[in-house]
Amino acid sequence: MANLKTVSKKSKAQSMGMHTEVLTGRTQQKFFNPDEAENFYYFGTYDVDFNKRTELDVKEMTAPEANKEIDNLMSQGYGTIVIKNPQGKHSLGVGILNKLNLIFEGSLGYFGMGSCDGPIVRINGRVGWSCAENLMAGKVVIEKNAGSCFGAAIRGGDLICKGSVGARTGIDMKGGTIIIGGDAGAFTGFMMQRGRIIILGDVGINLGDSMYDGTIFVGGEIGSYGSDAVDSELTSSDQDWLKRKLKVAEIGENFDVSKMKKIVAGKKLWNYDNLEPTEKKGAI
Amino acid sequence: MCGIAGLIHRGKSSNVGSELQGMLQALKHRGEDSTGYALYGDTDGKNFIMRFKVGENVGEGSSSVMEDVSVYDERKKIVDQTLAEMGAKVVKEERTLPYSLRYEIDYDSKDLLDFSQRIESIPGVEILSMGKSLEVIKDLGNAKMVCDRYSLDKVVGTHAIGHARMATESGVDIKSAHPFWGYPFSDVSVVHNGQLTNYWNNRRVLENKGMRFMSECDSELIAVYIAEKMRHGATLEEGMKESLTGLDGVFTYFVATKDSLGMAKDTMAAKPLVLYESDDLVAMGSEEIAIRSVLPQEIDTYDPFDGEVKVWQI
Repeated sequence: MANLKTVSKKSKAQSMGMHTEVLTGRTQQKFFNPDEAENFYYFGTYDVDFNKRTELDVKEMTAPEANKEIDNLMSQGYGTIVIKNPQGKHSLGVGILNKLNLIFEGSLGYFGMGSCDGPIVRINGRVGWSCAENLMAGKVVIEKNAGSCFGAAIRGGDLICKGSVGARTGIDMKGGTIIIGGDAGAFTGFMMQRGRIIILGDVGINLGDSMYDGTIFVGGEIGSYGSDAVDSELTSSDQDWLKRKLKVAEIGENFDVSKMKKIVAGKKLWNYDNLEPTEKKGAI
Repeated sequence: MCGIAGLIHRGKSSNVGSELQGMLQALKHRGEDSTGYALYGDTDGKNFIMRFKVGENVGEGSSSVMEDVSVYDERKKIVDQTLAEMGAKVVKEERTLPYSLRYEIDYDSKDLLDFSQRIESIPGVEILSMGKSLEVIKDLGNAKMVCDRYSLDKVVGTHAIGHARMATESGVDIKSAHPFWGYPFSDVSVVHNGQLTNYWNNRRVLENKGMRFMSECDSELIAVYIAEKMRHGATLEEGMKESLTGLDGVFTYFVATKDSLGMAKDTMAAKPLVLYESDDLVAMGSEEIAIRSVLPQEIDTYDPFDGEVKVWQI
C-alpha cells in the first residue's frame, strides 16, 4: 500500500486502490456533477422538444410494444406524444425517466405510469390499480376515477385525480402530493412516511392508519381514523399552500379550504429517536 | 389470483355467452386452471334445466382420478332411474361430453332440496345448476376453450357471471371450479375472488343446519351462506349485506338470480372490481380490460368502495 501520509489529497483515493475497478454498463463514467444539476439526465434519456408532437395508436399493441414505441419516439426528439386507444391496457407509460408531455386519450389498466421520473401526463379516462406507483417527479393528472393503491410509494411529483379513488391511496408514500377531487376509499394514507394527500370529498375507514409522518387534508366526512392518526390545527400557511396547490392542479376552484380537516401522525407508534441496543451500549 | 366478470342487460336480451367469453378471456392471465359460466338464457320458463356431471375432466393439469366412460354411463342410468322415481320427466337430453350432461326436466315440485339430495346421493354425481333460466357450465381450461367445448357463444339471455380460476387452496377439477350453484335454490349462482378465513367454522355451522357442500373450495361457502339466509326469508341484498360481517377474509363476489345481479366487496376493499353502470347495461370485472371487451369505446367506470353491496334487476 502506498504511504498515505506522503501522497496528495487528490490522489489518496487512487493510492488506496479505490479507482482500480473497471466500471461497466450504465454506471460507467456517469458521475453526477452538482454544477451541472440543471442538465443532469438519466443514462439513456433524450433531449426532447415539447413543440415536436406526434400521435401513437396502441389499439393493436401490447403494453411492452407501446412502451418501446414511446421510447423510440422520445429518441427522435418528440416531446409531446398523444396515445390513442389505450383501452384499459396494463402497465402503459411505465419507467419514463424523461421530461415529456404525454397525453392518453382513454383509460389505463393496472400500474399505469409506474416508476416514472419527470414526465407531465394527462389521462383523459380512468386508471386502474397502482397508478403512478413510485413516481419520483413530474405531474400525472387523471380526468376520471382511479382504482386502489393510487400513488403507492411515490417519492415526489404531483398526482391528481379529478374523480374518486379506491382504497389505500398513498400507501407507503415517501414524498410528493396526491390530490383527489372526489371521494377516497378505506386505508387512505396507510403507512405514509412523508408527503401530503388532499381529498376534497369524503374518505373511508382507517384514514392514515399507522402513518409515520406526512399530512392528510380532508374536505368531507371521515369514515374513521386509523391507528395513530390524529387531528391537527389547520394553519393559515396550510390554507395558503392548499389554495395554491389546488389552483395549480386545476381542481376545486371554489373550494373553501378553511373548513378542511388536517390529519397527521400522533407519533406514538414509531420510535426512531430511540437508540438501538448496540448504540445505547456504545453511548454508555 | 382469480378473475371474475359479470354483466346484466336491463330491458333486453343479448348474446351473453359470447360477451362473457370475451370478458373472461381478457382475464385469463388471472388464472386459467378452470373457467366457469353462469348464463341466464331466454327460456319459456316451463321446465327446469339441470346441468350435472357424472365424472371429472381428467385432462392435462387435472387433479382428478381417471375413470372409465362405462362408469359415467352407469351413473347416468341411475340418475335417469331416480328422476323417473321422483316423477320428473326428462323432456330433452344433451350429453356434451362423456362426463357432462344437460337435461330439461318437467318437474312440478318446488322442493329442490329433496330432489337434489336424491340425485347427489348417487356417488360421483353432482348437480352444477338447477333452474328455469340458469345454466352453470364449468370445466378446465381458459374461457375460449370452455366456450368452444360447450358451444356457449350462441347463448342469448339477459345476464351472466363467470370466473377464471387460478387454483390455490383446492384441486384443479370441475367440482372446485366456479360458479357455484346456490343449492337448493333455483337459479342462484355465485362467483368469488379472494380468500375466506372462517370457512371451516361457517361450514360446520351450515352443515349442522342441513346445507350441503360439494367441494372444499372456500368460495362455495358464499353460495351456501347466502342460500341459507334466503332460506330463512332474507332477500338477496339482505343476505349479501350480512355476509360482510359473517364472512371473514378478503373477497369480491357476484351473486345472480333469475332476474337480478349483485356484487359485494369486503370491508378492506382488498380485492379489485371495476364497474360500469348505465341505464341499459351493467358490466363489471376484476379489471377494466374485461369490460373493454364488450364496450371498447371510451366509458366511465369506477371502483366500488369497501363494504359496498349493489344489486341490479333486469
